[in-house]
Amino acid sequence: MSAGAVAGAIAGATAGAAAAAAGARVKAEATTAKREAVLRVYRGDASGGQEVEYQVPVETGMVVLDAIHWIQAHQAPDLAVRWNCKAAKCGSCSAEVNGKPALMCKSRMERFAPGEPIVVRPMKTFPIIRDLVTDVSWNFEVNQRIPPFQPRAGAEWKWQQHDVDRAQEFRKCIECFLCQDVCHVLRSHELKHQFAGPRFLVRIAGLEMHPIDGVDRTPFLKDSAGIGFCNITKCCTEVCPEDIHITDNAIIPLKERVVDRFYDPVQMVWRAITGK
Amino acid sequence: MEPFDTHEHEVLVIGAGGAGLRAAIEASAMGCSVGLVTKSLLGKAHTVMAEGGIAAALAHLDPQDGWQTHFQDTMKGGSFLNHWRMAQLHAQESPDRVRELEQWGALFDRTPDGRILQRAFGGHTWKRLAHVGDRTGLEMIRTLQDRGVHQGLDVYMEFTVTKLFTDGGRIAGALAYRRDTGRFVLFRCKAIVIATGGVGKAYQVTSNSWEYTGDGQTLAFEAGAELIDMEFLQFHPTGMVWPPGVMGLLVTEGVRGEGGILRNSKGERFMWKYLPEARRHEYAADEAEARAWLDAAVEGQQTEARRPPELSTRDNVSRAIYTEVREGRGTPHGGAFLDISYMPAERIKKKLPSMYHQFKELADVDITATPMEVGPTTHYMMGGVRVEPDTGAATVPGLFAAGEASAGMHGANRLGGNSLSDLVVFGRRAGAGAAYYAKGLTATPRIPDAEIEAEMRGLLSPFERASGESPYEVHRALQECMGTNVGIFRIEKDLETALATLATLKQRAARVRVEGGRTYNPGWHLARDLRNMLVVSEAITRSALLRKESRGAHSRLDYTGLDPALGKVNMCAKRSGDGMQVGPTPLPEMPAELKALFDAAPQPAGKAT
Amino acid sequence: MSPEPQRKLSSSAGVAPAAAPSYRPATCTPPGAWRGAGYGQPFGATERTDTWWLMPLAQALGLGLLGLYATWAAFQGAHYEFGNYLSPFYSPLLKPAWWPISPAFLILWIPAGFRGTCYYYRKAYYRAFFADPSACAVGEPRKGYRGEVGFPWAIQNLHRYFMYFASILLVFLWWDVIRAFIFTDPDGSHYLAIGGGTLAILASNALLTMYSLSCHSLRHLVGGKLDCFSCAVAGGPRHGAWSRLSALNAHHMGYAWWSLFAVCFADFYVRMCSMGVFHDPMFVTFRHLFDYAPKISHFLL
Ligand SMILES: Cc1cc2nc3c(=O)[nH]c(=O)nc-3n(C[C@H](O)[C@H](O)[C@H](O)COP(=O)(O)OP(=O)(O)OC[C@H]3O[C@@H](n4cnc5c(N)ncnc54)[C@H](O)[C@@H]3O)c2cc1C
Ligand code: SF4
Ligand code: SF4
Ligand code: FES
Ligand code: FES
Repeated sequence: MSAGAVAGAIAGATAGAAAAAAGARVKAEATTAKREAVLRVYRGDASGGQEVEYQVPVETGMVVLDAIHWIQAHQAPDLAVRWNCKAAKCGSCSAEVNGKPALMCKSRMERFAPGEPIVVRPMKTFPIIRDLVTDVSWNFEVNQRIPPFQPRAGAEWKWQQHDVDRAQEFRKCIECFLCQDVCHVLRSHELKHQFAGPRFLVRIAGLEMHPIDGVDRTPFLKDSAGIGFCNITKCCTEVCPEDIHITDNAIIPLKERVVDRFYDPVQMVWRAITGK
Repeated sequence: MEPFDTHEHEVLVIGAGGAGLRAAIEASAMGCSVGLVTKSLLGKAHTVMAEGGIAAALAHLDPQDGWQTHFQDTMKGGSFLNHWRMAQLHAQESPDRVRELEQWGALFDRTPDGRILQRAFGGHTWKRLAHVGDRTGLEMIRTLQDRGVHQGLDVYMEFTVTKLFTDGGRIAGALAYRRDTGRFVLFRCKAIVIATGGVGKAYQVTSNSWEYTGDGQTLAFEAGAELIDMEFLQFHPTGMVWPPGVMGLLVTEGVRGEGGILRNSKGERFMWKYLPEARRHEYAADEAEARAWLDAAVEGQQTEARRPPELSTRDNVSRAIYTEVREGRGTPHGGAFLDISYMPAERIKKKLPSMYHQFKELADVDITATPMEVGPTTHYMMGGVRVEPDTGAATVPGLFAAGEASAGMHGANRLGGNSLSDLVVFGRRAGAGAAYYAKGLTATPRIPDAEIEAEMRGLLSPFERASGESPYEVHRALQECMGTNVGIFRIEKDLETALATLATLKQRAARVRVEGGRTYNPGWHLARDLRNMLVVSEAITRSALLRKESRGAHSRLDYTGLDPALGKVNMCAKRSGDGMQVGPTPLPEMPAELKALFDAAPQPAGKAT
Repeated sequence: MSPEPQRKLSSSAGVAPAAAPSYRPATCTPPGAWRGAGYGQPFGATERTDTWWLMPLAQALGLGLLGLYATWAAFQGAHYEFGNYLSPFYSPLLKPAWWPISPAFLILWIPAGFRGTCYYYRKAYYRAFFADPSACAVGEPRKGYRGEVGFPWAIQNLHRYFMYFASILLVFLWWDVIRAFIFTDPDGSHYLAIGGGTLAILASNALLTMYSLSCHSLRHLVGGKLDCFSCAVAGGPRHGAWSRLSALNAHHMGYAWWSLFAVCFADFYVRMCSMGVFHDPMFVTFRHLFDYAPKISHFLL
């Protein structure tokens, strides 16, 4: 065999010949022998669309994104979808699988009952561009309006790990915007002009809890980011693929900070007296 | 003529990964109007996937460290094929760039005395990698992104640049299409920075995303710039091979560091067979000694025992897995078993959390109970646009490059963590170089309408064909060709085959047909990216043919040794007419004071990602 | 659809000032400009295939039944004491002569307000009773929505004051727990024992304490409000306390439910004993413990 053929085997081997050659320690592959899954994928654009059904051969470990890629390569080359990393690290492949906001690259096909059609639709909170792709640029606009990090004057660039543990949780965010998608304030009530959404409350929490950040974003939180619109019903936390405790660790602590400033009568009187 | 929008900027940065963002920030800080173009959304570039850390000789944990040692490590890792000046600048400036990230809001892990924590990595003499758990790239790209959008850049998201225009040999602008609408966009500018990343999508098994189609390299090449070191493509020995959905996904070297054992389908621990005679004494002689080393490592104790054979250098591990598969002892899916399941489950979960979750969630494999299947995966392109070290200037006036798309910094092999630091060090320099150049030009160069029109017509042609292949077909054929013939191990005959195949593929690519309309049509996008992949594939193959030796990431089965003469040259690909010319160009001579560093410290360093 | 047809992010366009002086919408985009398919979907509209309605239904039933029970028990104004047991609904027992109705109402506004403004219960009843939303990615019955902006819901922001009052209440409740251990013989002598009611009251109070300790507002006041623990006065202990409360806080929902059940059960138990429906079993008695310290027992009672 030529040099490359093996490299190819390493590279290219799908089940086939290479699999048959070497016997030992095969994990029961036969159990998942060529079954087919039915995917109903939303096809359409701003002017309308409908679910189209595709039959996709299922292989072990397949995720919904693989199925979409298979459809692209074999049946619908123009099926629009966003993706990058295929490892739940970039937050591109957000969609709604059987009605639940999820990363397609993290949605395993085995999790669905055999024969059950898998419905894949674009995120419902944002205007559709085409098929599974929506226009999420609103989020980038919001991000721009958040007062950026600014170190306190004269602060020392030294702090302990436990000072940043909290903010590091928020900085895990991969900007998949699934939380924005599921948040009913944006989704059902369309208050995008008043509410920044969970993703950006997480971001503000990361800035506010930075040990040496010197900007005060509390008024911004209340009046511009509209934190009061959140009724802490926690859907954002339910869908976050990074397991960020959005409501408990970011939004509620921020709400408490807003209370300190704007709602707590004792603190307000105290500030008025001491002038702080 | 097709309608198109026009935007004008002094500096246009193509690519919004670490390198592009840092370049754009710098150029805009110098007062230029900057446009930043990216194929995906902002913040989704490859940089986001980097895990291990960013290498900088901060000397927070090992006070002996300094730029000289970092420089030496980098040169040794690159088999001395690096541009010495780039390696020097990189080693000297990366600590400042890391501190700068912190000043822009990045939150690195801390040492007990409150400074940036650093971790050890292959090939680095001291603990050098500043990191944030295993998501350093995410931290870096978010920091740069937030800094950038508050500074006055115009970001064009989901725009793909397809052509650079020149006016009298100088950069004049670029044409792009909007992925969301398919509409064309003309950028008029004085300088362009290419920061488009790598080429991995020419291979099927890769840790890279759809974006890595060699766009920057091709754009520069077609504009007349030189590409060097294209034969040096880093294959990481342990990528996932099964299930197909995650094929190529990286399995960190940390698994082997934590005691991972490589076995073939017969259950043999094969790495002992493959240790090179000259280095055999550095490794454990038997299972017992390897185990003793591991036990000591787990306890954090000193030991007389030597390292397990799995911790051999990467090229060697890849060669071993390859041979096992060739001789019929591969795993069902053409790889090797990497087994860490004999270690206590709690320890695995603590030390390798992301690997544990990666296998659990994506492959249904519990690595605390079952072995993983691994095989080599295409990972990083050391080669790319030849640049001037101090300014990032390519050989075309007005064209600059930085990051993975540029070449010279890493030589024949890149050390782990050196890429993220490369991005910020040379991103900044390229941005400054471009701004300085743009400020020096009085008039914006002109772009002839005919060229714009020709490019647009070419882009639309796949829609007009009544019949033709799907671009996905051609892409599959290309991946198969490159994986089979220009993989980790190369041999003259295969490379020749590849060249011939590439020629036919080029013709097939020119005749593909795409269905549907222009709004967000991935088939159409691929039709265009194919052309770029074909150009870089040709450059890789031709350079690999000429380098008749095995050095760094380039391994030839027909020339297994080092050739000292080839150690003094870079392979350089350049456009001539419609074709590609590849030949050796001399490596710049290292000044005596830097050479002296190596006389003082003779022992060689290993290699790593 | 998008109002910015260039799809270009121009950062020079608008950076909000660090301290926004007046009302400034988050995005400066006109209302309705980014409308997606989810807007205005009818109540219950969803593609979810699971039983999403089960949770809100269960919550509505749970909260509704327990709420009804508590109201009934509060209105009854009798049978809240049985020997040394006092129902937690009526503790501390205040019976001013001028108060016309059940003494429970003098107290009950504190736990009711505490729970009513609790971050967890807010979630539960917004979902279960207001369908705002009833489950994630499910259409809602009403179009208009102001969240917790403005009256009356902005009052939720006073949760911490209810927490202060509830903490005072807890002291009394612990007093009741101690009393629940001390029984009186027909001859008037006291002895220590553990009866069914003792356990019920102890459990209810232990869970109430956990519930209060895991409160978000407490967590904030103890340390959450700090940006940098190691730079603050007493930052070390505050970080320690904060991280311990944070660990409890992760189970706040559990404590909320269990404490609610337990309090209702304690009241129910006392009430049933008092009404003669239950016979209070005695598990352990320490008869002679107080023989030597009649003073203590006297003081305690
Ligand atoms: C899994 C993985 C792990 C890694 N881990 C590490 C690590 O631990 N440490 C380390 O130092 N390195 C690591 N690397 C390598 C490192 O992450 C990359 O080399 C580096 O991020 C490349 O950055 P870049 O700025 O050059 O390009 P990228 O970040 O890839 O950005 C490329 C940009 O160019 C844009 N672009 C491309 N073509 C066009 C076009 N035609 N028109 C417009 N825009 C275009 C893309 O949209 C993108 O925005 C890792 C790589 C991978 C894949
Ligand atoms: S908890 Fe708040 S931000 Fe999160 S989804 Fe619910 S309303 Fe939106
Ligand atoms: S907070 Fe979570 S769900 Fe929201 S964008 Fe970030 S990663 Fe996605
Ligand atoms: S593709 Fe990156 S998150 Fe799914
Ligand atoms: S948050 Fe629930 S009691 Fe305070």
